[in-house]
Amino acid sequence: MKTTDVIATAISNTFRSKTRTILTILAIFIGAFTLTITTGLGTGINRYIDQTVAEIGAGDVMTVTHAPDEDAGDGPQEYVADQVAQQRTAPGPPSGQSIDPITASDLEELAATDGVVSVEPVKAIDVDYVRHGDGTAYRIDVGSFIPGMEVQLAAGEQPDAASDALQVVVPVDYVEPLGFDDDAAAIGQEVLFGLTDGDGAEQTVTATIVGVSEAGLGGAGGSASPNTALTDALYAAQETGAPAGQAESYGSATVRFDPASTPEQVEALRADLADAGFQATTVDDTLGAFKTVIDGIVLVLNAFAIIALLAASFGIVNTLFMSVQERTREIGLMKAMGMGSGRVFGLFSSEATYIGLLGSLVGIGVGMLAGTVVGGALSSTLLADLPGLTLIAFDPVSILTIVLLVMGIAFVAGSLPAARAARLNPIDALRYE
Amino acid sequence: MATPILQVDDLHKTYGRGATRFDALKGVSFEVREGESLAIVGKSGSGKSTLMHLLALLDQPTTGTVRLAGRDAGTLRGRELNRARNRTFGFVFQQFFLTSNASVLENVILPLKIAGVGRAERRRRGLAALAQLELEDKARNRASDLSGGQKQRVVIARALVNSPQVIFADEPTGNLDSATGAVVEDILFDLNREQGITLIIVTHDEELAARCDRRIHMRDGLLVEASVDAEEVFAA
Repeated sequence: MKTTDVIATAISNTFRSKTRTILTILAIFIGAFTLTITTGLGTGINRYIDQTVAEIGAGDVMTVTHAPDEDAGDGPQEYVADQVAQQRTAPGPPSGQSIDPITASDLEELAATDGVVSVEPVKAIDVDYVRHGDGTAYRIDVGSFIPGMEVQLAAGEQPDAASDALQVVVPVDYVEPLGFDDDAAAIGQEVLFGLTDGDGAEQTVTATIVGVSEAGLGGAGGSASPNTALTDALYAAQETGAPAGQAESYGSATVRFDPASTPEQVEALRADLADAGFQATTVDDTLGAFKTVIDGIVLVLNAFAIIALLAASFGIVNTLFMSVQERTREIGLMKAMGMGSGRVFGLFSSEATYIGLLGSLVGIGVGMLAGTVVGGALSSTLLADLPGLTLIAFDPVSILTIVLLVMGIAFVAGSLPAARAARLNPIDALRYE
Repeated sequence: MATPILQVDDLHKTYGRGATRFDALKGVSFEVREGESLAIVGKSGSGKSTLMHLLALLDQPTTGTVRLAGRDAGTLRGRELNRARNRTFGFVFQQFFLTSNASVLENVILPLKIAGVGRAERRRRGLAALAQLELEDKARNRASDLSGGQKQRVVIARALVNSPQVIFADEPTGNLDSATGAVVEDILFDLNREQGITLIIVTHDEELAARCDRRIHMRDGLLVEASVDAEEVFAA
């Protein structure tokens, strides 16, 4: 018997007893549906994180600090006067550790390291308030905006790193309090930043709004994003009158490397920096933690879906055992006519696999439909604060994986009855009443 | 003299062990010549069905040999054995063994499908076999919608479609009324005479057996007598 004939026969046999087959398909459908939804959840959330990567940091950048002392131990650390609190550029648990500051000589050392394209100190800016015209002053955080990052914009454009003009992107929450009618009306307007300098005196810097940012998962969404010129201006204002040397020490620095670097090259650079006493973190490191948590949750959800599929696989075993029982004489006849045991096995296991294929296709189809509808509804209601988030998204690879997985499970389930059919002795089968 | 198509030598077949031991065949030897019609006659339990199964290579004897065209069938294994079954034999069963919800044509071409014949060729040969049995207009019908006589003709078409050398008929008229049974018998003997297909009929019906060239009578796993009266049949 040709393989195509085996498969075609198996497919037509599948619907010989329709009710039984449909019930089995339903059982698989439930598993495949659940798996589709949970996988879609993982895909959707991870995709959202990838979209917001640009907001957390540029891909070709490492955040470098001095490595904490190895012998710090578990106890409280001794106070050293010139230590600064470790700056963090991305969300994460606060380390609470004090570390040596990055100084001008450190910057030179970093710039000289092999593979480093450029080094910029991270200028931590502590702004007191922001105000538009004579309106009310509001507290605001100013983030560090590294060229290459991208803020998720509600209006306007990204801060121009190369421009000499003082530009800022303000969070969408500030638009109305600052006295603008809507997002678009804020673009091109000037705002005043107030801050306290080293002497305790008040300094002000005026900047132009070039964009309005959406609130994102993390990163720059909740704080103002200045361009390089504004960062420098604010930092200069902040350090006015500060003791000499303080302006030249920073919590951390950003190191830019060749964007075309392979992961191995990045790892090598990180090792080189570690040898020099620096600790380097890339955006991927920061995101890795996020994704690990989400992947863990999705894994648990998927495990439930797999349990549903395993339950369904017993349905397949049952269906096919009944099928073998019913068709005992037919199997005997086919064997008497010279059909090999391998082909008989193929016939029944293809039937199981086909049931799996049908169940997975129906499950995935309905799952995608339900996921899209529910995801759409959620992102306009419950998750409206997270623009750009498609809670349940689908990518072809994971869909294909589900189809193959379900077919695999169905094949394994079907192999037991198929083996029984293959072992049938033609004479006993023909005598069977 | 040409090599007999089937030759059995001192066949023994034992089922079970110890107290439940049952000797179905206790030493049977004979040969079947190509193109003849042979009746294996006996009551139920005489061992005639067991003998047919051994001849059709569906089972292996406990001791003794079955030779297919001179070759010891005991040496055939796996694929070779399946090929021999598929190419050499056709089966006509009392209970028909048709797949009831498949079409008549589908049922007829099953041996060709197993042999791996292509779709178009299967259809052509299937329709030809049905035409030979005047059933071509029933090709698309479901097998379950046919009368008993039509079903048995479909079974004969299925047995024929692979152009076998030997057709085994196990009580071919057992489920049919005498008029329909007579038609089916005529078809089988016509095939034997006109196409030279060796016909082996297992039956307890003496009238049917009488139409065969030769009869083998079985009782308690042994041959009782073997009679050759080809002249008689041809004269009739």
